[in-house]
Amino acid sequence: MATVASKLYSDDVSLLVLLLDTNPLFWSNRSTTFSQFLSHVLAFLNAVLGLNQLNRVVVIATGYCSCDYIYDSSLTLSGNSESGRTGMPALFGSLLEKLEDFIVKDEELIKEQEHDERIASSLLSGSLSMALCYIQRVFRSGHLHPQPRILCLQGSPDGPEQYVAVMNSIFSAQRLMVPIDSCYIGTQNSAFLQQASYITGGVHHAPKQLDGLFQFLTTIFATDLHTRSFVQLPKPVGVDFRASCFCHKKTIDMGYVCSVCLSIFCEHHKKCSTCGSVFGQSKLDGASTVSDKKRKAPDS
Amino acid sequence: MSDWQVKYKSSLKDRGTEGILKLREGILLFVPNDPTSDSKLKVLTPNIKSQKYTKEGSKKPAWLNLSNKQGDSHIFEFQNYQDMHACRALITKALAKCEEEQPKKPAAVLTSAEQLSIADLELRFKVLRENIELQRLHKEFVETKVLTEDEFWATRKKLLGKDSIRKSKQQVGLKSMMVSGIKPSTDGRTNRVTFNLTSEIIFQIFAEKPAVRQAFINYVPSKMTEKDFWTKYFRAEYLYSTKNTAVAAAEAAEDEELAVFLKPDEILAQEARQKIRRVDPTLDMEADQGDDYTHLMDHGIQRDGTMDVVEPQNGQFRRSLLQDLNRHAAVVLEGRNIDVDSENTRSVAEALARVKQVSKADGETTKDANQERLARMSRLAEMEDLQAPQNFPLAPLSIKDPRDYFESQQGNVVNEPRGAGTLKRNVHEAYGSLKESILEIRTKGLRDPLIKPEVAFEVFRSLTQTISTAKNIIGKNPRESFLDRLPKSTRDEVLHHWTSIQELLKHFWSSYPITTTYLHTKVGKLKDAMSNSYSQLEAMKESVQSELRHQLSLLVRPMQQALDAAFQHYDADLQRRTAKSARGSAGEANGSV
Repeated sequence: MATVASKLYSDDVSLLVLLLDTNPLFWSNRSTTFSQFLSHVLAFLNAVLGLNQLNRVVVIATGYCSCDYIYDSSLTLSGNSESGRTGMPALFGSLLEKLEDFIVKDEELIKEQEHDERIASSLLSGSLSMALCYIQRVFRSGHLHPQPRILCLQGSPDGPEQYVAVMNSIFSAQRLMVPIDSCYIGTQNSAFLQQASYITGGVHHAPKQLDGLFQFLTTIFATDLHTRSFVQLPKPVGVDFRASCFCHKKTIDMGYVCSVCLSIFCEHHKKCSTCGSVFGQSKLDGASTVSDKKRKAPDS
Repeated sequence: MSDWQVKYKSSLKDRGTEGILKLREGILLFVPNDPTSDSKLKVLTPNIKSQKYTKEGSKKPAWLNLSNKQGDSHIFEFQNYQDMHACRALITKALAKCEEEQPKKPAAVLTSAEQLSIADLELRFKVLRENIELQRLHKEFVETKVLTEDEFWATRKKLLGKDSIRKSKQQVGLKSMMVSGIKPSTDGRTNRVTFNLTSEIIFQIFAEKPAVRQAFINYVPSKMTEKDFWTKYFRAEYLYSTKNTAVAAAEAAEDEELAVFLKPDEILAQEARQKIRRVDPTLDMEADQGDDYTHLMDHGIQRDGTMDVVEPQNGQFRRSLLQDLNRHAAVVLEGRNIDVDSENTRSVAEALARVKQVSKADGETTKDANQERLARMSRLAEMEDLQAPQNFPLAPLSIKDPRDYFESQQGNVVNEPRGAGTLKRNVHEAYGSLKESILEIRTKGLRDPLIKPEVAFEVFRSLTQTISTAKNIIGKNPRESFLDRLPKSTRDEVLHHWTSIQELLKHFWSSYPITTTYLHTKVGKLKDAMSNSYSQLEAMKESVQSELRHQLSLLVRPMQQALDAAFQHYDADLQRRTAKSARGSAGEANGSV
């Protein structure tokens, strides 16, 4: 059994972890409906599974305030259970069911929470963490495993309050050598996704037309890691490296950095909130006041 | 005599022209006898690299071959070997003097305020030689007087410091051999006993025998000369070695200075007693008065290994081996704690005396020290099971609440205000529509056709365009850096500009706020250098090929931005200063009027 498996394990076996954005606040005012989007995505997943017998796909739904595993291709082996429904490929029946359950749960969670006045962002940090945990488990399952990568299908804008968590996940992915591809279908630019793809060596693309989404997905994001060494994929010209400050979660270009823990602040603080180190007075500000005092004496 | 009759040969085969060789201040002059010949020679002594000469015993005539730095060699045939050796000696002396003067020249170049040692200079040259980038920076800034040497090296102390630590002086200890006890050389024929005295021996004698040192300070030069002093001392030593205590006693009675050397060392005895008093009583050891080693006469082995019965009244004129060894060992363990020129015996003696004074003053037990000792004694002597339970004050453990970290991340989130009610309604609607979509897809299945062919084609076209333009701009290899595509000279120039601008900016920003005129001039010079760099960057941008121009300007932009910021700051500061001085002078003018 082992020898058969190793013969089948060619270079291009891949494990794709798809992070699906199911933020209702984003999907509620889009021209493309969620169902159209889903059909593109499901066809794409089918295509990926068809590329190689041993390919695996995991889908994680990124909701407004929670995330959950929706689908794991290695677990659903039986295809007969959903033959009753019409029109739907049997493979994805369970996916859709679980997706619906997830959305119901998410709705309940948002009812319980106080009015979280934040930007309508989805919980990217949560789903990234869950993806990385799954991949870590795959790594530890033995030396014959598919090459994992993460594909992030996102439309919601970035939530600056998640900056630290997202950066932590990105660095863990870099450490594990797992590329994070990102397909951004929203209107604004997403700095998080650009940085994630840049740092981990993945592909970032923001398609303009959503009715051709399937074509984008299969052209760019279906290529496995081995093939990427000789296939040209589109690269963004520049990367938006802006960070968000730790105190107000605003996106900033210039700010103050703690020299001990590298936390970023937008204004001068007496003490670092992350590591507790005390900051001295800024040299330029302090000196100028001293020289002002000196100058005033001869005048008066 | 610095004139010799010689024959000058330009090579070995030459017959030689006769003439006179004169050696003057730094110049070697050969004047031929025949005024018409033109082999007059003038050689500057610094130029002489080496000199070779023929040996006396050989049959060859006395030749002296001087070769100078350019590689020429001049052979002079002397009339006899004596002349040749004399000339050679003079030339050697002149060369030695030249070499002494040479290292002084670089020291003269430095300003008077910063006198560097030769070792430091050599270190700097070595570091520069090893690091070419640093050398380039050094050439660019220090030699054009934008920065001084010290400013350049001020931030690079680590590079210089490592070597100097290695070269730090190691303290030399004392010899464990007792040089002060070496037997003198006796000359049976003339009945003389000769003692050799070197500065090392003097140091040992002063260190081991404080009474002798004290006597030296007291007697020399007031009562007797140094030579007399040592003569007396060695007479005492000789008397010890002859073991003739009767003679020793007799001579001691006559000569009081000699008696000083013959009696047991009182200063030493006192020191030993003090040491015993200062021993920590909590040390579990029986120490008493009889334990100082100056009184170890009981063991009785004399210096030369014999065992003799000691007569009581002359007992003080004997010294035992054990005493001397112990004293020497104690001195060696103390080490060399003075660092004085050993030529002057008196200064050595005084320095040792000073050291002893200091250590004595330190060792004297004050009242507080005594109290401390008593307290310590009582603490150590207490019995554990009879003690009361001790409640030591405990410092509270401060473990931070991990929730602080996580909650601070949520922080004060700034957001556009929204009506709470509308938010809820929107959310519900949104969820509702989402659920509807899912239901729709479950019933209807995937879209058919999934994607229209025109749309697919459009996607392909745009992707191809994106990829091909990106390839032109960025390069084939996704990880390739733009720098590799530049021609080598431009690349080196860009990198050099980067490091030099960093260096300039470092010095520029560290000079603010300007408090002295020195900083003012320094900032002025730096600003000129920076404008120079700026214009060079502009020129470089123009010169490069058109397809690389955009990328190069992107690369160069941060450098230019940093320079712009520096210029702005300079101008703003200058404006502020002139405004203040104008106000100040206006105020003064008003005041004076």
